[in-house]
Amino acid sequence: MERDSPIKEVRLTPIKNGTVIDHIACGQALNVIKILGINENNIYSSISVGIHVSSSTLGGWKDIVKIEDRELDSKTAEKIALVAPDATISIVRNCQVDEKYKVKLGDKVVGLAKCSNPNCITNKGEPVATEFKIISKYPMQLRCCYCDKILMNITDHLI
Amino acid sequence: MDLYQKDVVSIMDFSKDDIEGILDMAEEMVPYAKGEKIKRTLDGKILGNLFFEPSTRTKLSFESAAYRLGCDVIDVSEMSMTSMAKGETLADTIKIVDAYCDATVLRHPYEGAARLAAKFSDHPVINAGDGASSHPTQTLLDLFTMRHAKGSLDGLNITLVGDLKYGRTVHSLAQALTKFGMSITLVAPESLMMPADIIDHLKMSGCNPKIMTDLEDAVSQTDVLYVTRIQRERFPDPSEYQKVAGTYRIDKALLENAKSDMIVMHPLPRVNEIAPEVDDTPHAKYFEQAANGVPVRMALLNALLGGEL
Repeated sequence: MERDSPIKEVRLTPIKNGTVIDHIACGQALNVIKILGINENNIYSSISVGIHVSSSTLGGWKDIVKIEDRELDSKTAEKIALVAPDATISIVRNCQVDEKYKVKLGDKVVGLAKCSNPNCITNKGEPVATEFKIISKYPMQLRCCYCDKILMNITDHLI
Repeated sequence: MDLYQKDVVSIMDFSKDDIEGILDMAEEMVPYAKGEKIKRTLDGKILGNLFFEPSTRTKLSFESAAYRLGCDVIDVSEMSMTSMAKGETLADTIKIVDAYCDATVLRHPYEGAARLAAKFSDHPVINAGDGASSHPTQTLLDLFTMRHAKGSLDGLNITLVGDLKYGRTVHSLAQALTKFGMSITLVAPESLMMPADIIDHLKMSGCNPKIMTDLEDAVSQTDVLYVTRIQRERFPDPSEYQKVAGTYRIDKALLENAKSDMIVMHPLPRVNEIAPEVDDTPHAKYFEQAANGVPVRMALLNALLGGEL
């Protein structure tokens, strides 16, 4: 081993079956874990989290999350797009990447976050899903389609 | 824009041309609103007036507008008198009312209520004020009053003064003013300044409002002085209200620095922010403004319900 050679890649444990969420905006990995709903009561397989690892595409640094034995549904992927709009999702089966796609958001974000305005009608027990229009992706800012208030701190309001 | 069967939820749903078109129709409605001419274009129609917050001018002017056009009105004035007091959702209430009438006017304490009502209603829903958010028909009658007094809305200097934080009329109005290239000055105590998201919206629309705390400095350049009441009911702590109450008072001494054709507007009710001595000056337009609610709402109802003038 050459002592002077730079470390080009941070190696996280490879997974056999599961999901790799890559190109997460730096600092958002723990929010992705929060979106995945992972806690001490529901961990049955390994999870690897890389924070502030080198990236050639995200201005030098990125976060990465690998989850064994779990494949993400489209709703979870959409939620991840709210905190990491450039993330890619790879579904790994038998050690091979079977599917790979970039997370994406439509024109509207429906039923994924609560409005931050406590006086908004969507916070009053009405039978409607919340609905937001995306007004900025960097940083992510949403406008409530009901009360017009801007939602900026998305991770605190995810449903 | 064809307004037939459309909802009126936010002034931002309307273009400049849409607004000018409504104001033109309102001009035609003036003699009918005054009872000088009679036409029952909405004979046989029923308007549902749901007012879950207090209202004098908006409720009565919608009723007057409807009756002037031959439209009947059914109404609710208190939430406690409806099944909502039993826990019914607004969505269910609206579905029922929608089955009883041809259009619904809604005033509600929660922001976004009118948008929700429009979703659950087959007939037009008109927002008559939803929380601190929006009051589009007030904006239309405000613009009507300005245009009537000044001849045109383009390029006016307007100063909004008072409670710019909670006052829904100024939130709707400020957003509409950007469509007409008006210069906007905001004058309020720091604690009652217009919310940052609305100021950002004004900037994104190409209007960079001047922000001031001293009204005297603003008055001399102003064409339209739009005054709002500092609302005691919005302050949980009365001592906080006392700190800002009476900050601004429009009186004859202040108006000495104003342009001779500057107009003073107020959505009313006023408390003491405009001295009664101003009422008799040519500047005072607030009573005319309130009266204009009838022709403007007649124009809207007529257009939404397909009446022919």
